Amino acid sequence: MQITVTVNGVQHAHDVEPRTLLVDHLRTGLGLTGTHIGCDTTSCGACTVLLDGRPVKSCTVFAVQADGRQVRTVEGLKGPDGLHPVQAAFKEHHGLQCGFCTSGMMLVGAALLAENPDPDEDEVRWALSGNLCRCTGYVNIVKAVRAAGATLRGEATTDPAAGDDVNAGESAVPGTPAATPVPVAGD
Amino acid sequence: MTTVHEPVHELQGSPRTSATICGVGHSMRRKEDDRFIQGAGRYLDDVVLPGMLHMAILRSPVAHARIVSIDTSAAAAAEGVVAVVTGEMLAGYNLAWMPTLSGDTQAVLATDKVRFQGQEVAAVVATDPYLAHDALQLVEVEYEDLPAITTPQQAIEPGAVLIRDEKPGQTDNVAYTWEAGDRELTDAAFARAAHVVSLGTHYPRSHPAPLETCGTVADVNPITGQATIYLTSQAPHAHRTLFALVAGLPEENIRIITCDIGGGFGNKVPIYPGYVIATAASLVIGKPVKWVESRSENLISTGFARDYHMSGELAFDADHRVIAMRASILSDQGAFYADAQPSKFRAGLFHICTGSYDIGAAHVTAKGAYTNKAPGGVAYRCSFRVTEASFLVERLMDVAAHEFGIDPADLRAKNFIRKDQFPYLSATGFVYDSGDYHGALDVAKQLVDYDGWRAKQAVQNAGGVRHDGSPGDGRLLGIGLASFTEVVGAGNSKDFDIVGIKMFDSAELRVHPTGKAILKLGVQSQGQGHETTFAQIVAEELGLPAMDVKVQEGDTDNTPYGLGTYASRSTPVGGAATAMVARKLREKARLLAAHLLEADPGDLEWEPGRFTVSGTDRSVSIQDIAFAAYTNLPDGMEAGLEGVTYYDPPNMTYPFGSYVVVTEVDPADGTWKVLDMVAVDDCGVRINPMIVDGQITGGLAEGFAKANMQWITFDDDGNCIGSTFMDYLVPTAWETPRFRLGATVTPSPHHPIGAKGVGESATVGSPAAYVNAVVDALWSHGVRSIDMPVLPHRVWGAINGIQVRP
Repeated sequence: MQITVTVNGVQHAHDVEPRTLLVDHLRTGLGLTGTHIGCDTTSCGACTVLLDGRPVKSCTVFAVQADGRQVRTVEGLKGPDGLHPVQAAFKEHHGLQCGFCTSGMMLVGAALLAENPDPDEDEVRWALSGNLCRCTGYVNIVKAVRAAGATLRGEATTDPAAGDDVNAGESAVPGTPAATPVPVAGD
Repeated sequence: MTTVHEPVHELQGSPRTSATICGVGHSMRRKEDDRFIQGAGRYLDDVVLPGMLHMAILRSPVAHARIVSIDTSAAAAAEGVVAVVTGEMLAGYNLAWMPTLSGDTQAVLATDKVRFQGQEVAAVVATDPYLAHDALQLVEVEYEDLPAITTPQQAIEPGAVLIRDEKPGQTDNVAYTWEAGDRELTDAAFARAAHVVSLGTHYPRSHPAPLETCGTVADVNPITGQATIYLTSQAPHAHRTLFALVAGLPEENIRIITCDIGGGFGNKVPIYPGYVIATAASLVIGKPVKWVESRSENLISTGFARDYHMSGELAFDADHRVIAMRASILSDQGAFYADAQPSKFRAGLFHICTGSYDIGAAHVTAKGAYTNKAPGGVAYRCSFRVTEASFLVERLMDVAAHEFGIDPADLRAKNFIRKDQFPYLSATGFVYDSGDYHGALDVAKQLVDYDGWRAKQAVQNAGGVRHDGSPGDGRLLGIGLASFTEVVGAGNSKDFDIVGIKMFDSAELRVHPTGKAILKLGVQSQGQGHETTFAQIVAEELGLPAMDVKVQEGDTDNTPYGLGTYASRSTPVGGAATAMVARKLREKARLLAAHLLEADPGDLEWEPGRFTVSGTDRSVSIQDIAFAAYTNLPDGMEAGLEGVTYYDPPNMTYPFGSYVVVTEVDPADGTWKVLDMVAVDDCGVRINPMIVDGQITGGLAEGFAKANMQWITFDDDGNCIGSTFMDYLVPTAWETPRFRLGATVTPSPHHPIGAKGVGESATVGSPAAYVNAVVDALWSHGVRSIDMPVLPHRVWGAINGIQVRP
């Protein structure tokens, strides 16, 4: 079937099998491998992308269902001004370890903050509860999402519980490599 | 709200290095994060090679059956199918069976019979993964059912059907028997004991379930024989050696590349049949073959953990001092003994079961049984069965306290190994390096307000107001402790090897002329942050900014040989190797500095990053020294600033901690809620405190998971219950308690920078604290034990004296 999907602002026309999952279309068809596959049952959320701004698990969406719609993946989080605040906050607050759940967590966090700019801890945990992380125990993911909210609201990101008074703000270590170029979508 | 302990520099001193150098003690933000937060990590499934084919595996639907026939003709004729592989075909290459890391054998593809549900029976290689899976449906296999053995107790009954009938000399279902400690001494102590406390418990089968499943892309060049194997491997060098042995390929022609690994937790230690089948297929077909397992395949067929049936006894004198311990284990190994235990220790390090207590005598007997379940018994976020050991003694200590009517914290404190007893030789032969168990317990009690909770408990459980001041409604408070000691960092070559390979580890460090360095390691990160932590060790020892030290792992052609990352061994062994190689370079740098400064090497003083001539302001930086190593050498000196160290640790490291869980149990329906959870960890010197805390909260979540929900079980026919994330429950952010952390710092005396391992402590130590908390709430209702996971129906059954099905 012929479909046209706008992914991270770029329109892509493709001929796909009706049974092709959106996650496979993104990863294999468009080479956007930042979206991961962690289960096959819509349980883990590693494959989360934003479809018309709403988080969906792309392992249970067919590519054809995205026809004519907007998809945003982790590769599209970064804007012209640099990292999205959730990306910066995940690094600053150690919100990731192996990185496999991170794309999905950040996209859910970004979608939550778009709807609710100042969520409390319960609201963040509830919003993230469709996504599994096996490394972090969620503590720093929750912290990162809330800190990103503060950034988006234009507040200073004070974090009394960061636990690293040794060198707060050290993330701006000189020589931090320039951001990796965002992969260019196919065709 | 999560609060975190006091700044680590108050416990271990301020960092010696500046924020620019970022050595030990700095919470440097992780170097690896830039790629992960932008979706630019490269995991196994992201590898795409020209002409790559895709493999799918047909698995047994039954637990035990003889294979009558396999008909692959329809599958072979299906669209896109390049090959259908069977065990019979592999047997032609002598690859139908492979050795395991525990010295057993395992079927790669079943030829004679299937021995567990999910076992590999055939594989389809096709041009597309969807087509490969389509064709699986067309492979026809006729099975002749055999009785399934689903418990180790059944397995060792006389006359039980023989599972491993192919194994020469195997006449029963016993995989191994083993013992440790001193039986006579222990029996004598029990004979004179004033009190004996006993407990039987099952540590259930669990699965590490890293979010990335296992897989491989095998790329064998049929002309050159070069095999490049992308692999989700926690131990790439050991796996290369095994590949050489299994496939008969020359080891220098095998290159294992791990990519980024999406979590391991022990799941990615064993070698799986899928790896071997894909490699064989690539060799025969002459094209790269990718195999990535589905989540269900991961849960039903690869590296499960635990499944220990344990009974233990503690002997106490009249003064409630513990004098001896006995433990016996029956381990469910599944159909193949395929976990990776050091070859001397068939039950892993279970014999550290005396834990944090000064127990003069101990004896352990262990038996492993083959059953018709998936093989495994891997150390899931655990150092070779220390998790089961810690759970048993911490449960026993709580049962003892309740039976004696002594506060569990007091009974522990009374029996702890004292600070002045270290190094401490345990009854089963471990030499604990350092500890301050009373200190950690005191911090934990203070942080959680232990006395305050006990006071509230006395009121609430007597029918008074609840802990929050609301009227009592029958819910009961429970407080559970666990004061664990771990044993990590395997290990000294005298005692530790995996299939004969000594458990050293390695680091190779080269400082380039511009003062930027590359550190190559034999260990393998799966999310632990090695690119940051190990750069910080170099920064500490050599004064190069950690940002200037690139860390490379996971490419066997380009890293020194090492045994990999599991059992919390990276920092104790690989970290020590890193410190030692940096020191080696520093000594050469001293000679270069003396040359540059025209001074005697003995007159030079070192501060991180610089040598200064004593009593002068004449100095030279490590960067200038590095440049000189390639441009301006003294006569007779070899060029370069480079070295390699293979580190054989003199001992294990022994992290410890005290955890407290406060729970409220509702006897009406058996549910329980965590009101507070405090974890005080002591892992010696903390290299990157931020990363250490992250390791602890991650481990705590998995400890909670096992106590609360996470297990894999089977029906009587051997069907696996728990083969998807809808059945195998993994906690989300919503269920996971809001942990609070405390810390003490007791350096390891033998580790070059005083560090111990930390990645697993919380998973090892915390499960017992939850069970102890629930049992503490219910002790007055006659409940003395509930097996994990502590599910509501089990709690309800225990309260009401009703035997419930698991």
